[in-house]
Amino acid sequence: MSKSVDNLAKIKHSLTRRNRAEARFRWYGRIAIFIGLSAVAVLFVDIISKGHGAFQATYINLDVSYNQDVIGIDNLMDSTQLVAGDWQALSKTALRTKFPQVSGRSDKRELNNLLSSGAGFDLKDRLMANPLLLNETESIWILADDDIDTYYKSWLDGDAYAARLSEKQIGWIDELHQQGLIRLQLNTNLFTRGDSREPEQAGILGAVMGSILTLVLTLLLSFPIGVSAAIYLEEFAPKNKWTDFIEVNINNLAAVPSIIFGLLGLAIFINFFHVPRSVPIVGGLVLTLMTLPTIIITSRAAIKSVPPSIREAALGMGASKYQMVLHHVLPLALPGMLTGAIIGMAQALGETAPLLMIGMVAFIVDIPGSFTDPATVLPVQIFLWADSPERAFIEKTSAAIMVLLTFLIIMNTSAVWLRKRLERHW
Amino acid sequence: MSPANTDKPSMIKKAAAAKGMPMQNLEVDDHQVTVGQSFSDNAKMTMRNINVFYGDNQAIHDVSIDIAKNQVIAMIGPSGCGKSTFLRTLNRMNDTVEGCRVEGDIRMDGENLYAPKLDVVELRARVGMVFQKPNPFPKSIYDNVAYGAKIHGLADTRVDLDEIVENSLRKASLWKEVKERLHQPGTGLSGGQQQRLCIARAIAVSPEVILMDEPCSALDPIATARIEELIKELSENFTIAIVTHSMQQAARVSHRTAYFHLGKLIEVNPTEQVFTMPQHRLTEAYITGRFG
Repeated sequence: MSKSVDNLAKIKHSLTRRNRAEARFRWYGRIAIFIGLSAVAVLFVDIISKGHGAFQATYINLDVSYNQDVIGIDNLMDSTQLVAGDWQALSKTALRTKFPQVSGRSDKRELNNLLSSGAGFDLKDRLMANPLLLNETESIWILADDDIDTYYKSWLDGDAYAARLSEKQIGWIDELHQQGLIRLQLNTNLFTRGDSREPEQAGILGAVMGSILTLVLTLLLSFPIGVSAAIYLEEFAPKNKWTDFIEVNINNLAAVPSIIFGLLGLAIFINFFHVPRSVPIVGGLVLTLMTLPTIIITSRAAIKSVPPSIREAALGMGASKYQMVLHHVLPLALPGMLTGAIIGMAQALGETAPLLMIGMVAFIVDIPGSFTDPATVLPVQIFLWADSPERAFIEKTSAAIMVLLTFLIIMNTSAVWLRKRLERHW
Repeated sequence: MSPANTDKPSMIKKAAAAKGMPMQNLEVDDHQVTVGQSFSDNAKMTMRNINVFYGDNQAIHDVSIDIAKNQVIAMIGPSGCGKSTFLRTLNRMNDTVEGCRVEGDIRMDGENLYAPKLDVVELRARVGMVFQKPNPFPKSIYDNVAYGAKIHGLADTRVDLDEIVENSLRKASLWKEVKERLHQPGTGLSGGQQQRLCIARAIAVSPEVILMDEPCSALDPIATARIEELIKELSENFTIAIVTHSMQQAARVSHRTAYFHLGKLIEVNPTEQVFTMPQHRLTEAYITGRFG
């Protein structure tokens, strides 16, 4: 009797200790999650606070007269004339009409620097779209230079950054501001243009297209190859020294630093097979090598998780091994395989190092339209912009990071959604 | 199911001691010969000198037995005695087990089942199997039953297939319960219904022999009774080999009973005789509950 009372006391004593240990453990978990989430929050706040400005650009309102004598053409159909035409004269004349008092070469140059160096060509595109504007005058918002843009945004925020502007330029902007002729507008260039040396004209469409083309190729190559390899290794291959060796090496491949895959791609695809440099084909091939181990490993795990009773049932019915795999194992393993593929793709989307090795780091203005056009990808574009000296590229860089993160979030969310949906579906 | 590598003789001795039974010799001597009537004049399958190995472990020692046509033969014995392994040699399901090796001569209607040119796919269409745990495919009830007919190309038209499905479900006495929901998942049925669905699936390809590996061990008594009823009905048209842990079940459904002990076939006799006048001391010890 007294012994059992004794035991009860001991159990009670140890119980408080155990409960306290458990409570402590829970708090460790909560703190760990809090640290992780706050790191993500800091990252997002930092990037968004730096990058949100890039979604707006400064525009100046001017009266432009499309005078054919100013441009130096007489026929809009004549392409040699169009090339030779002095399109910049359109914006320059418009500025001078606005500020007639400006004289002297250096003052005029400073005045011209208010507008983007591409302003004349934007006006040309506008005229080509509406030929009836020739010899007419219209009031139009014209893209400002990046230094003006940086100054105007910082001035609006109350912390003017004027290091790259002259007193006169600041005066003109003041004047324009009082007349309501300078304002921030949605920066469509960011989403419709390729890279540029001029920050105000630089966009991410080229990099986005490059990323899409590269990833499509990566998915088309790595998913079938990875899934086939996984099925063969799991279901058909004999279990012996060789398959053990292959398994170890697949796991090794998954751990190889990605830059080495870039060197491999450079040596094999470009130097040996003479695939052109900087194109999505070679990028896709290199990223395929990189994502294959991920897809093989996740697909094998998905195949392994199919209950053996289903395999037995199918074989017991007289299904061949191939039918067993195709009819029963694959449908049940597919959600896991797709999740693995999407996670692999998300990895590939964020990959930079191997692409530097195969020339996808080139400065490419044109938007790639096919797998053989020179291209760059989003993370490399971020790298390039982060490396640029112009101050206006800071916000561009953060904006590009925001776009990249958006794509990653979409892909990871769709992986979760797809898994949930397919799992319930027979 | 059962721990494969435990020391079985000592386990059995301990069990016997725990039950307060007098200790007696439960070892099998190496020269054990099967007693009783192993052979049949009306044999569907004949097995001679079967040895089965898992790697270096021998699971079945020199077993010879006949399975008579349109009869139910029950295989009983303590856990790990090799009865399931033996059953799985009959449709070569052991092929799928890594390192499993079968020696000896197994014939169905005189045809060697382990002949190199024999296709296991054809064999398994002729020898169907029902497993311990109900394992319907995660597909509709209809697709479960139709699967075998589809892969073997037994039905030419949709109407034929419908007929096969209906007949199989009727034979498995499941039709009335599921005819309104043929296109709902088979995994949504109760355990007993799932097992009858698996039986319907097996008989849909009209096999000659049906193997059942403890088909009722995961079911409640009522579902068990229905399956046993079904086995009796099926034995009119099919040859059935059933492995069971329940001696009452063996007594209720089978015509002949084979008692396995430590991988050896100890005794084969008509069921009634096994349970009333066992010939071998080990059989007697087992059915009187002295171990197992």
